Amino acid sequence: MSLDELVGELRSGMTIGIGGWGSRRKPMAAVRAILRSPLTDLTVVSYGGPDVGLLCAAGKVAKVVFGFVTLDSIPTDPHFKAARQNGAIDAMEIDEGMFYLGLLAAAQRLPFLPTRAGLGSDVLTVNPSLRTVTSPYDDGEELVAVPALHLDAALVHVNRADAHGSGQILGPDPFFDEVFLGAADRRFLTTERLVDTERFLAEGPLQSLCISRLLTDGVVETPGGAHFTACVPDYPRDEEFQRAYVAAAADADLWSTFAREYLEVAESDYQSATARTRTAEGGR
Amino acid sequence: MSPPPPATSADTGASRAEYCVIACAEVFRGDGEVMASAFGTAPALGARLARLTFAPDLVLTDGDAALIDGAPPLGADPSALVVESHMPYRRVFDVVWSGRRNLIMMASQIDRTGNQNISAIGAWSRPTSQLVGVRGAPGNTVNHSTSYWVPRHSSRSFVEQVDVVSGVGYARASAAGPSASRFHEIRAVVSNLGVFDFATPDRVMRIRSVHPGVTVEEIIEATGFTLEVPDRVPDTRMPTPRELELIRTVLDPRDSRAREVP
Repeated sequence: MSLDELVGELRSGMTIGIGGWGSRRKPMAAVRAILRSPLTDLTVVSYGGPDVGLLCAAGKVAKVVFGFVTLDSIPTDPHFKAARQNGAIDAMEIDEGMFYLGLLAAAQRLPFLPTRAGLGSDVLTVNPSLRTVTSPYDDGEELVAVPALHLDAALVHVNRADAHGSGQILGPDPFFDEVFLGAADRRFLTTERLVDTERFLAEGPLQSLCISRLLTDGVVETPGGAHFTACVPDYPRDEEFQRAYVAAAADADLWSTFAREYLEVAESDYQSATARTRTAEGGR
Repeated sequence: MSPPPPATSADTGASRAEYCVIACAEVFRGDGEVMASAFGTAPALGARLARLTFAPDLVLTDGDAALIDGAPPLGADPSALVVESHMPYRRVFDVVWSGRRNLIMMASQIDRTGNQNISAIGAWSRPTSQLVGVRGAPGNTVNHSTSYWVPRHSSRSFVEQVDVVSGVGYARASAAGPSASRFHEIRAVVSNLGVFDFATPDRVMRIRSVHPGVTVEEIIEATGFTLEVPDRVPDTRMPTPRELELIRTVLDPRDSRAREVP
């Protein structure tokens, strides 16, 4: 499928999970396609990075479900920061382990999963809907019942995929992508490169084939589709471009110039426009 | 486990940053085989120093998705690391929830009973400053030993009450019940001025030691709440000659530590 067809499967008001972690292996081409679309009023569920920042900057977000939003080499994302400080978005902030359990509960069709994480912290006070559960066994422990984080759609970027929707992650960490897909009704992969199924084991070991087509409904080939986040081993984070992204957030004029050049253009034009910084930092 | 070397007032020529490294290393004393996670320069150096000296079973990470053998210098080329195991984030939670971890985190704010904040400054509903988020702090603090590193001790970081409780302190853990307090331990708070703990009857922060050259009065002045001050406050123990050599020539030859604590 194409990026436009992928975005055509989404609706305003949906809860959308975005894979990756911080500024690493984010489905940025899909995020950019959402930025160009009329979609709005989204609930974004993410181990947040610039995906969250860009969607906030474009006014696409009603609510963010997060444990953090970071650019890794830069501690915070300026647009998410502004959106929170201006009261422009709703927020559900939970411990990053609770976040995992919420997705896992949804993937396993359970109403909740119990954990110690959250007890005693303000995660329970700022989210008054969170409940605790008492162990039915002799220990009688009272634990947090993390509610299932059900997703209408999930977007995940992988290094390789085949046309049937199996995905291969060649970097060191698959993060929680498999769980995001499991928690969602509509599941989409973007990939650096579509390969024939019989190529997979020449690309990487069996363990890198961590996303089966049982978990996906569509796949789009988007070379450079995680840029400017890291997508090792295909490419590292484009630190120079990330710094430019942060610098452009400093005022409205700078940002509209940045948006005109990089965001209000087709994905292929984005890729050519950003080839410079990528070459400059190549191999890092 | 060997006891720490005795503190003396003899001049070793150690810098303030090097005392901070020693104080962070001491956080890992006696732990055995646990995963050490350390954020910030002094904690990263402290964990490695402990691994090379008195805590040889400590398990270090590469800061990404691998556990590594040995204790490489700061900023070592990743290809030079000896990988001993795969530790992606999903597995990190298995370690956190099993308790086989000892962590030094940063704190934008920390308060008298050991609550830590990295979420937001001001009201959570509409912060005056949005920080990174609670991250794993709520889960870490109720599952395994956690300590904090504050490189700039001030009344803005050491506050009466944090704005958003991310890492859970003693009073909150106790109020939340046995499930929260069962594995809860705030072992130490290390700042550029001294070392602090909660070894008081009501579990509030006290001065454990001052770094040489710092006075108790200076610390009290730089703290936004009333600290417990024992009758006699020792100096932070000085590094042994071997420790100093490891810090200076093996672990941090480029002196990153002086950029964090001048």
